[in-house]
Amino acid sequence: MTATTLVVDQSLKSGRRKGVGSTVFAIALWACLAIICAFLFFVLAVIVQKGLARFDPNLVTEHPSRLRPDTSGVKSALFGTIWIMVLTALIALPLGIAAAVYLEEYADGTRWWNRLIELNIQNLAAVPSVIYGILALGFVVRGPLSIGAVLLAGAIALALLILPVVIITCREALRSVPSEIRSGSLALGATQWQTTWKQVLPAAVPGIATGSILALSRAIGEAAPLLLVGATTFLTFNPDGVFSRYTVLPTQIFSLVPLDRVEFRDLAYSTILLLIIVLLVMNALAIWLRNRYQRQW
Amino acid sequence: MTRSEQRTVSTEQRTNKSDTASESQVTIERSNTVPPVEGAPDGVITLKDLEVFYSDFRAVTNVNMSFGSREITALIGPSGCGKSTVLRCLNRMNDLVPGARVEGAVAYHGVDIYGEDVDVIEVRRRIGMVFQKPNPFPKSIYDNVAYGPRVTGMKVSDMDNVVERALRGAALWDEVKDKLKQNAFGLSGGQQQRLCIARAIATSPEVILMDEPCSALDPIATAKIEDLMVELASTYTIIIVTHNMQQAARVSQRTGFFTAEADDKGQRTGRLVEFDTTEHIFGNPSDARTEAYITGRFG
Repeated sequence: MTATTLVVDQSLKSGRRKGVGSTVFAIALWACLAIICAFLFFVLAVIVQKGLARFDPNLVTEHPSRLRPDTSGVKSALFGTIWIMVLTALIALPLGIAAAVYLEEYADGTRWWNRLIELNIQNLAAVPSVIYGILALGFVVRGPLSIGAVLLAGAIALALLILPVVIITCREALRSVPSEIRSGSLALGATQWQTTWKQVLPAAVPGIATGSILALSRAIGEAAPLLLVGATTFLTFNPDGVFSRYTVLPTQIFSLVPLDRVEFRDLAYSTILLLIIVLLVMNALAIWLRNRYQRQW
Repeated sequence: MTRSEQRTVSTEQRTNKSDTASESQVTIERSNTVPPVEGAPDGVITLKDLEVFYSDFRAVTNVNMSFGSREITALIGPSGCGKSTVLRCLNRMNDLVPGARVEGAVAYHGVDIYGEDVDVIEVRRRIGMVFQKPNPFPKSIYDNVAYGPRVTGMKVSDMDNVVERALRGAALWDEVKDKLKQNAFGLSGGQQQRLCIARAIATSPEVILMDEPCSALDPIATAKIEDLMVELASTYTIIIVTHNMQQAARVSQRTGFFTAEADDKGQRTGRLVEFDTTEHIFGNPSDARTEAYITGRFG
């Protein structure tokens, strides 16, 4: 027995077949990764270094000011961002989840119209955000709805923007619920609706929540569509309702950067740092949710 | 639980069932626009010229059989012979498969369950199902059992009592009575399957369909489920699909043997070859194919 083991071991050890090709390839892959990480680190380092200069309580307690740049803040923009995030969620999540439930649980995937809808949703996810801004400008701010350049208009633009992403991630979450759960529920005499509402949706909540948060974090980082639908760049009051004028962090940054005084530029860096922190917190929440409620089927 | 207690429970359940049956007589008469299947014997479910298609593919054809009340009927046969397909027709679970179509009649107490005005929910409440892989819901043990009565809107005065009786009926009560609020996923595979049986009997069905209920279980858990089946057969009509011929021989009173033979176009369509008492099928089969299968020469 020992003899055979020895022979086998030796034959295993002698097989050093790692060629030059695979080593080069592995190095190339590492290099790509290193470049990406280096860029990311560089950007973060610059922002943290320059942003810390004005990262003080004034940043969130003071409104913007043209006269006192060294003590002014972006309070109105931070509140605008929070307002618009909540409003966008209220509009996009019910619509997106409902659409995903229809497509996953009810629609007959063999029908051509359902396949057409699916294809279009995939395509919509790739449409540039500025297009959604133009759409909202034409139909919501002016045109048929004409509600003006208010918070609600901005939220509608962002909701349209993230809807395709919300639908796609919700469908994935629903699809990951095993079909045994559905047939088990239906076999007990539950209706399709009861099965969806009591079994499938609760089981899909972690995935839906994670996807929704990531979609919302994309929405609050957007400046382009909001500039089109009239988010102001300079505002010294917090929004007080859905028909209020508003400004948000990205448009605030957009307006601060070109100003020629160095205090404004420092304030812009601090605002960027603030926005990044908000985004990181949201992404961390999404990851935490995913890990906390991950289910082993 | 002692023998006499068991008897009390089952008589209680029986009385309840006759109540629901008389209630349901009304519903059935109301919804019965389909004429009763002619010559239906006293079986609970009778299949007449049953044929099942998946789109253009004819999966099963020409199935005529009848399932006796409070009996265990086993459906056996090689893989792909359509026995599961037939089973899934009996409570309309084939409706969920896109493109599935059923011809012929599936008569439940003489009413074609594929008839136009038939309430599928009511059909599934009265003809329960246990699946191959234990599929408890990601909820507490209690909620798993209470789910059926809740969703079907059964008028239940005391849900705790319903849950306890169902769990006792599935021989699971003693193992879980102290952890009813715990997640069902914490149970072992065999316990999960018995929970699924408890869940099925909680809606007080008349028939329980079992689709290879032991194929994912170890021998000890399988033996428990088999004992349970025999016990349940005093109250319920059980129809079981199984790959395990010993299991069919051990538990069933009647056995249907299916097989699929390719036609000249190479399409394999399942057929019922022989349907008789289990004793006859395993002791003295009439058909040479049955004999070949049960003696292990094919399949």
